[in-house]
Amino acid sequence: MSLPLRIAGRFLSSNKGQTTLIVLGIAIGVAVQVFVGILISSLQSTLIDSTVGGSPHVTVLSATDNATITDWQGIVAVAEGRSDITAVSPAADASVFVIRANRTVPGLLRGFDLDKADGIFHFKKAIYDGRLPASDDEVMIGKDLLEELGLGGGEVLQLFTSSGARSNVTIVGFYDLKVASLNKAWVITTLGTAQKVAGYGGNVTSIVTQVKEIFKADGVAKALDRAISRSDVKVTDWKTENAQLLSGLQGQSVSSYMIQVFVLASVIIAIASVLAIKVLQKSKEIGILKAMGMKDGKAGMVFLYQGLMLGAAGAVTGTLLGVFLLTGFMFGTKNADGSSLININLDWVFISASCLVAIISSALAAALPARATTRLNPIEVIRNG
Amino acid sequence: MAEMIELRKVNKYYGQGDAKTQVLFDVELSFSPGTFNSIIGASGSGKTTLLNMIGTLDTPSSGEVLIDGRSTSSMSRNQLAELRGEVLGFVFQFHYLLSEFTALENVLMPYQIRGSGNEKEAKERALELLDLVGISKVKDNLATKMSGGQQQRTAIARALMNKPKILLADEPTGNLDSETTLNIYKLFREINSKTGTTFVVITHDRRVAEQADRIVEITDGRIGLDLKK
Repeated sequence: MSLPLRIAGRFLSSNKGQTTLIVLGIAIGVAVQVFVGILISSLQSTLIDSTVGGSPHVTVLSATDNATITDWQGIVAVAEGRSDITAVSPAADASVFVIRANRTVPGLLRGFDLDKADGIFHFKKAIYDGRLPASDDEVMIGKDLLEELGLGGGEVLQLFTSSGARSNVTIVGFYDLKVASLNKAWVITTLGTAQKVAGYGGNVTSIVTQVKEIFKADGVAKALDRAISRSDVKVTDWKTENAQLLSGLQGQSVSSYMIQVFVLASVIIAIASVLAIKVLQKSKEIGILKAMGMKDGKAGMVFLYQGLMLGAAGAVTGTLLGVFLLTGFMFGTKNADGSSLININLDWVFISASCLVAIISSALAAALPARATTRLNPIEVIRNG
Repeated sequence: MAEMIELRKVNKYYGQGDAKTQVLFDVELSFSPGTFNSIIGASGSGKTTLLNMIGTLDTPSSGEVLIDGRSTSSMSRNQLAELRGEVLGFVFQFHYLLSEFTALENVLMPYQIRGSGNEKEAKERALELLDLVGISKVKDNLATKMSGGQQQRTAIARALMNKPKILLADEPTGNLDSETTLNIYKLFREINSKTGTTFVVITHDRRVAEQADRIVEITDGRIGLDLKK
């Protein structure tokens, strides 16, 4: 073991009270950083998941209002060929009136390639009674529409489109997408049925997709637009359409970063000040080591190693404490149904990065006292007794 | 025979402008290898400054200091540190032991700073030195768990660890009682005759000084008296 490392270790171990306090200080800082960082990012992903997790991230629409898209299969193929897109489905939407006996309710008929669209809307999970529409003229309706119309499975509904066409469809399933407005309005069916009812022929109204990295949806939308390269369609993304939500999330991120930066700053200042005092306390010893032939660089290393050791011990303890707090939070806060209030995602990359940043910061904090040690002239110590 | 220590026209000033004070005036002084020398003088006469110049801890404002035939004036801080580690040993009025280390570990410190040599031999030498200064019993005690005399003896053993050609001591017994003082000077003479180390010792005590081969008295930054036996 090198001499500066040994001296650093001995300086720290001989003053256990002071060392424990500073390690605890760093540990609490790192624990707060890990806890706040993970909590905010988990909160965001829970929020994102519940708001846009079950809806399209990037949508291809006709460039002109109320027009349909022809030759959409090419667009689907392009979208499916991209690695940054995880699910693609054509969609044929039409405003309809849902008529049963003498009651008429406005609704939205949505036809999808249901297997593919499940990757976006999670229909299979949302069905609580019955099944997905499989053949022509089959539909499923939401929980709230069911309550409004008082229907049961197997019943026939009449759909009345704005163009005046009437079609009969059979209810084969009921879903709950956890959003009342959707549960009340969406009549979900196969692409073919929607196209037939709305009179679109082989055309669709949009192509809906979900992307791998939700916050990169705008970039994916631009890239997809270039790849499609058609003037009769436009590509939109959830970020452009949910600017307010996005600015809320960004505000949250910024406040999380601010907390982390201030915590880190206080850790750095704490280490720097403790080591600066240690340099003063040990200046005689350092002076005599230099008088005995220790070179400036090695004398500086004594304090750099102390910073590194304090940082490493504090970071590891802090990480464990942070993970412990998060685990406690996960088990301590639950919804009435037993599911977690916030789905805590222990992001080990972030945790390791926080740990590493704390260690590097500690070493940086020690750089100033180490520099002072390097400059310390033994004669000044010896002359002043 | 070439001189072990040579000071050529050494001047030293402290401060600047109106506050500028000259501490040493054209000092010409040399010490031969293996001799035991004492430097005496009143407080503020410049003897400690002179010793620090010899120890390369301080640099002259003008003039030249040669140690073991090597001129120190153009050496870098690190080169000077290396020279100190190889050639010089220091004993100060305060022991400056590292309180976190045992007596044995403190004695081994100069060897570890130099960073070369056989570890087993080094440990054997450290134990021998501790025996020589008569504190083998407390070798595993922390520096703080020893008496003042034991601490200073440890500092002496440490100064001798790298077999220095020169041992510089600045009032090494200033904080000790007269019996311990006498014992330590006896020990110095013993080491001097056994190892041929050149000793330069600053002392206030004329009785101690008289035991040296040569007494140099510094008066107001100049050599006032130079007595050789």
